[in-house]
Amino acid sequence: MEKKDIIQSFKDSLFTGLIALALFGPIVGLRTVSKGEGLFITPQWGVVFLLVGLCILGRFLININSARRTEFKIFSILSSKFSNVTEDKAKHFAITGILFAVVFPFLPFTDRYFMDVAIMILTYIMLGWGLNIVVGLAGLLDLGYVAFYAVGAYSYALIATTFGWSFWICLPLAGVFAAFFGILLGFPVLRLRGDYLAIVTLGFGEIIRIILINWYEVTNGPDGITGIPRPSFFGLPFKRSPDEGETSFHLFFNLEYSTMHRIIFLYYLILVLALITNYFTLKIRKLPVGRAWEALREDEIACKSLGVNPTNTKLTAFAIGAMFGGFAGSFFATRQAFISPESFTFIESAIIVAIVVLGGMGSQTGVVLASIFLIGITEMFRDLEQYRMIAFGGAMVLIMVFKPKGILANRKPTIFMHGDKK
Amino acid sequence: MEYFIQQLVNGITLGSIYGLIAIGYTMVYGIIGMINFAHGDIFMIGAFVALISFIIFGLTGVALPIILLLVLLIAMLFTACYGWTVEKLAYKPLRGSFRLAPLISALGMSIVLQNYVQVSQGARVKPMQPLFSGGLEFFKNSEFIVTVSYLQIFIVVLTIILMGIFTYLITKTDLGRAQRACEQDRTMTALLGINVDRTISITFIIGSSLASVAGMMFVLYYGVIDFYIGFLAGIKAFTAAVLGGIGSLPGAMLGGLLIGLIETFWAGYVSLEYKDVAAFSVLIVVLIFFPTGFLGKPDIEKV
Repeated sequence: MEKKDIIQSFKDSLFTGLIALALFGPIVGLRTVSKGEGLFITPQWGVVFLLVGLCILGRFLININSARRTEFKIFSILSSKFSNVTEDKAKHFAITGILFAVVFPFLPFTDRYFMDVAIMILTYIMLGWGLNIVVGLAGLLDLGYVAFYAVGAYSYALIATTFGWSFWICLPLAGVFAAFFGILLGFPVLRLRGDYLAIVTLGFGEIIRIILINWYEVTNGPDGITGIPRPSFFGLPFKRSPDEGETSFHLFFNLEYSTMHRIIFLYYLILVLALITNYFTLKIRKLPVGRAWEALREDEIACKSLGVNPTNTKLTAFAIGAMFGGFAGSFFATRQAFISPESFTFIESAIIVAIVVLGGMGSQTGVVLASIFLIGITEMFRDLEQYRMIAFGGAMVLIMVFKPKGILANRKPTIFMHGDKK
Repeated sequence: MEYFIQQLVNGITLGSIYGLIAIGYTMVYGIIGMINFAHGDIFMIGAFVALISFIIFGLTGVALPIILLLVLLIAMLFTACYGWTVEKLAYKPLRGSFRLAPLISALGMSIVLQNYVQVSQGARVKPMQPLFSGGLEFFKNSEFIVTVSYLQIFIVVLTIILMGIFTYLITKTDLGRAQRACEQDRTMTALLGINVDRTISITFIIGSSLASVAGMMFVLYYGVIDFYIGFLAGIKAFTAAVLGGIGSLPGAMLGGLLIGLIETFWAGYVSLEYKDVAAFSVLIVVLIFFPTGFLGKPDIEKV
């Protein structure tokens, strides 16, 4: 490397530092603090200089080694190897994964905390698989998926607390309600182009949330709904001392009472629900409607000219995706026994979209990996709540920049002309 | 009637703020065809920079007009840096990628900016003492006195001045010509010797500066801000841009005014709680019935 290049890159790094100073100077450097009646400024120049220094150094190193290219190569080689491996062994991987998930509650190191995290990850996997039908297969970016999750949760909570029906009756009803809302929203807006659709679905998600907050008579406003019935094991409740005339789970099976029974039951419940979603998606991809979704995603005009009705086809994807969201929502309600509009903010939608996109749109295995990665990381950094969202958003940007198709870019055609199959 | 006029005045003020943000959306959409989802958060950063400078200059005891001018310039400068950096980091590498990629990247950027401000400035709302007081009063003999505060006059006049400068910039200067050329055909423009990357950067700089002015107005008008204001304001401004016809600059201003008026009248006559629902419903209705907005050009899809 010549001296001129070094000077050049040095100048470039200084420029980066200047920009970084302008970025971090006011926002990080001058922290506003309320004291008594007014706002005052507390300077934090140390942090600013640290950040600016890091920017200069980072830029300089990138320039000197042109590390950017090699780094990018390493990244893409790694990920392509990774996706090759997983694609070859997808079946083995899936079977191992499911087996592991089945025995997980009985492993020696599994405790209450692990179970809670596992249930949460499975909920997100299910939501991711549900949204994958809409985003991955049909190619419709839905930024308001949490609305259907909310509809499912609230319809379960309201039906169960008002009529006292059991979980197994409410679950399909919640799905039907969510699907109904999906059609209600989808019917007028699915004609819109991709990015418009994204914003409209986002708006719909917010509308649902605002209604949940303000419609006191039904939803109890921001206080939410409490006392949602817990699920029972086919009629056997998980209670220490059952009501008269009832037999509880541990008495029926002659077991020592433990709260873990309910947790393990919830775990299997969400596992089964998620696997049903997955199985359904895998099957429907091979049916005409599933093929029409993927064809629409690739080329809408070609589809129209071949006689596929885009609105109806998209509507089925939207409604089915919403239905699975509704199932997941009613599971959420029965697990928490308490729901409030706070659980259904835009950031939830963003997390679910991020899981689908990060995993590679349309890839079922990708969703699993992305959920474990994102939720696992978030759990590990629980204490650094705010920093973790910065990392989360940053990861979304970086993945789009370096690998826009996601970790497992699985857009293999599901149908081949004879002889083309490799 | 007096109540109606009061709401009209409030609506126009609010509409000016939305209009200034909407210009950023519409310009970026016009030139690179993406929804800059992080634009609302750029506006929020502008509001924070303005708040911080107001506090600093408030201690020096300089005359109010000078403070306003200085804060305006500082907010524009620093916020423009954010707009420029966001474009370089998150959008430029994605040109030519599939259509939803920049949108997702912008979504990530929006989350980053929000939480970055939350971490560095704290999650609490930031109140500011009002700088302006008083106003003109009309209909003094009737029951309801219509007040037009000096602040409202300031906001509307500043918006008109900025719109004048901006229109001149776009229609009369070389920069504006390059910008409009990039909107029509980027490859052809590049072949004619115009630096397309630079033009796009400048678009982001202009959009962010206007958003920062809106942020400053927001601080003055409402007196409280937090790290989350960008989300709602951004969605409403985007609605405004779509309503006026996305890609059309006068449309953005017109849309901003309409959204401001709809929101104020809805809050004044229908229900305060559901005023945000009004904005979202307008967005949905407009997109269904007039996808090209009032002043937009129809979008022809080519095979």
